[in-house]
Amino acid sequence: MPATWIFLIVLALAAIGYVLGRSRALASASGDSRNLHSLPSYYGSHVALYAAVPSLLLFGLWLIVQPVMIEHHVQKLIPETSYTSQGELNLLMSDVHRIANGLDYAVRNGTLGAQAARDLSTETSDIRAVLANSGVALGSDVSAPTLVAAKEYRALSVTGDSYRAIAVLALALAGLAFAVIKTNRDFRARNAVERVILSLLILAASLAILTTVGIVLSLVFNTIEFFKLYPAMDFFFGTTWSPSFGGGSQLGILPLFWGTFYISLIALAVAVPIGLFAAIYTSEYASPRIRGLAKPMLEILAGIPTIVYGLFALLTVGPSLMAVFGPGTGLGWMQGGTAVMTAGLVMGVMLIPFVSSLSDDIINSVPQSLRDGSLGLGATKSETIKQVVLPAALPGIVGAILLAASRAIGETMIVVLGAGAAARLSMNPFEAMTTVTAKIVSQLTGDADFASPEALVAFALGMTLFVITLCLNIFALWIVRKYREQYE
Amino acid sequence: MTDASISGPAGKPQLKKTSGSLLELDKGTRRRNAAEKRFRIYGMAAVGVGLIFLLVLLFTIVRNGVPAFTQTFIELPVELSEAKLDKSGNRDVEEIKKVTTFGYSGLINDALAASLVNEGITSPFKKASDLNKLVSSSAAAQIRDYVLANPDQIGKTVNFEVLASSRVDGYEKGRVTRVALVNDKNLDAAHLDVADQLKAAGTLKRKFNWAFITGADASESRPEQAGIGVSMLGSLFMMLVVLVLSLPIGVAASVYLEEFAPKNWITDVIEVNISNLAAVPSIVFGILGLAVFIQFIELPQSAPLVGGLVLTLMTLPTIIISTRASLKAVPPSIRDAALGVGASKMQSVFHHVLPLAMPGILTGTILGLAQALGETAPLLLIGMVGYIASNYPDGIASGFLDPNSAMPAQIYEWAKRADPAYYERAWGGIIILLVFLMTMNIIAIILRRRFERRW
Repeated sequence: MPATWIFLIVLALAAIGYVLGRSRALASASGDSRNLHSLPSYYGSHVALYAAVPSLLLFGLWLIVQPVMIEHHVQKLIPETSYTSQGELNLLMSDVHRIANGLDYAVRNGTLGAQAARDLSTETSDIRAVLANSGVALGSDVSAPTLVAAKEYRALSVTGDSYRAIAVLALALAGLAFAVIKTNRDFRARNAVERVILSLLILAASLAILTTVGIVLSLVFNTIEFFKLYPAMDFFFGTTWSPSFGGGSQLGILPLFWGTFYISLIALAVAVPIGLFAAIYTSEYASPRIRGLAKPMLEILAGIPTIVYGLFALLTVGPSLMAVFGPGTGLGWMQGGTAVMTAGLVMGVMLIPFVSSLSDDIINSVPQSLRDGSLGLGATKSETIKQVVLPAALPGIVGAILLAASRAIGETMIVVLGAGAAARLSMNPFEAMTTVTAKIVSQLTGDADFASPEALVAFALGMTLFVITLCLNIFALWIVRKYREQYE
Repeated sequence: MTDASISGPAGKPQLKKTSGSLLELDKGTRRRNAAEKRFRIYGMAAVGVGLIFLLVLLFTIVRNGVPAFTQTFIELPVELSEAKLDKSGNRDVEEIKKVTTFGYSGLINDALAASLVNEGITSPFKKASDLNKLVSSSAAAQIRDYVLANPDQIGKTVNFEVLASSRVDGYEKGRVTRVALVNDKNLDAAHLDVADQLKAAGTLKRKFNWAFITGADASESRPEQAGIGVSMLGSLFMMLVVLVLSLPIGVAASVYLEEFAPKNWITDVIEVNISNLAAVPSIVFGILGLAVFIQFIELPQSAPLVGGLVLTLMTLPTIIISTRASLKAVPPSIRDAALGVGASKMQSVFHHVLPLAMPGILTGTILGLAQALGETAPLLLIGMVGYIASNYPDGIASGFLDPNSAMPAQIYEWAKRADPAYYERAWGGIIILLVFLMTMNIIAIILRRRFERRW
């Protein structure tokens, strides 16, 4: 039975359960809902929840576990002599999948009888031709063990699917029956329903933890895999980055770190002064009208997708910088439009609203009494800001800058399009360099084999990036929170 | 600062005596006032610089992107000669199909030559096939499709509007100059002379290009044919996934954290977790999607479903944070009143607090969706870039599961193709993307204005 059908049947059972539970409760109260402990609809929902929730949970679990178990079992059928590495085994397994799916397709098409598909063997017929007949193209001829594995795969899937249908539907029916039997006028249906809802709410809230666990696990496993193939010391302290998919790559992270750091530094050098002064102006000087106009306008910059900034860097800022610093003008500092400066400037523009709106909040939360005190002593407004407000707001502003820095380090599209692809350690800001994020993209896009160190290194880079930004964020949030409490 | 002329202790310089008039500013005051003014100007300059950046950005986008919405077409009466298309003459579609697009380009060349003669333009080329470079290579396919759909038209002369080639289009838009064509094997300056004359004759026209908004992506050599429509559908399916998953899950999580969660370390861990997830670089979510959804669960690559799942995980923290803020804004008196008339805690939340917080929640959700719509980096890793979105999905299921691109991914793809004609498409795509984002933001603002309640 196909998965969608099972799902729909369970939902229908739940709907029937709702009606059953409601009417049974009313009947037990001789039709007068005042005699019930809870409102009638709660009895209905109670039965519906018992019918749907456990069975759907089982269903979801089954959908995930069954393919994994079948995979494991089928893998054992392939003789160990026919492959030498994990990569070859994966290729064989994908052949198995393709043949199994192809047979399924042929049976559904009617070009192959269900029994005939089970009886196929490599000695009596050419599988490739049989499948090609029904419109499934195979890349190579089929070996005997692969066909056996594919047939086993199909058989197991079919058995698994029928067990799945039986188990899920039985559980739904059992839940329904159990809840219906429990329904009577004194049953505390509301409390039961609310308990279930509460646990669903908890489940939703813990999804955030699950996401983090998912991120950490997917990074950690692949990173460990990478360090088995490539020494960690060379990765962290290597000064050359030259991956080559043929082998013998040098994967030192230092040039990438340097590029990331340099670009972020330029970005912050643009964003921090502009953002900070803009925040001071809008919060301390501007009239409500100008403030109401300037703030949302600046925040538009934050709402523009990063791909737009990337394109802006690649096609507008790069060529204009070339026109000024390029070889044509005699300065000759710049060789191509993509450079640290290009990406840094554009990223700085992107970060302005980030710095300004955070600092604005923080400056606003400095108590007015501090300003009044300083102005009362005869200080001018700018002296008050420089000597009273800013020092009071300093920790918060540092937090804002750190958050902006973590944004700059994690930014991808601008550097992918604007910074170039060459990994080098250089001081010249007009040279092309590359960053951690840009290299994650370039190592994982394309047809790389996921088992090779050149692809796995992306996970190690991601891990490094994740750890750095996480530390920066935790530290910044801690500073901001600590500061906010100070004046509350 | 002070007028008191008490003589300081010995060794310290005497305070200079002021001129005496209160109406005249002394030097120190003037200096301080100047500093004040300077500081103020710095602030104004900073705001101004920010706004200038914004204007420059928007101006660049509009100036470079607007040309993408128009396209140069050539009106061409093509004689669908029976001898070439249907030798047997029995109008059997299967047989007509055997004539490939290559067979049709001869017809186009003849039609071009004929229309030059008609307009009294002398062709600078010896061979008719040299004119071929004026029209897009998609023209042959266009005519073939027409013939296959209307086999009865064979033998007649039909007026077609075929796309001009991208270089001609670029010339019309001022992107291509004669000087630049010297080293270009795709077009000669002589072609441009012909194009000019065709334009004067009214055969060559620039028109609004609907195909850019609704059409499919094209191969690298035919920028004139590429459109963003298919990837727009990809984005739509992704946003559906994000909406359907992130709104209920986000609301449920926020309701729990804001209304029910006991104050203990587990709740603290969840809260810290959410605020940190909101600041994790989006590329890391792409790695998560690649490792979990594609490698582990083995969902299909490039599918909008996977993109939607990844973006859901990425937007959830944003939605949770804004939902919690709007739940917090509902005053406790509402809860107390509900509890006072006998509602359970759950009832007070779901019947009273949540409906009152709904406008705020929807606003936050729309803004979260807008953020997800413009996000590119995670999509790079799950294979939505590099895929040429040339086919419309066949239905709902195929819309979710078949490989597709998304608007920002499509823009990135075009930017990578390193052809000025594709750069123009990329800018045009950005205009469309920004129009979507702006609409979403405006809806959010209207919602907030219309339903926001001050307690």
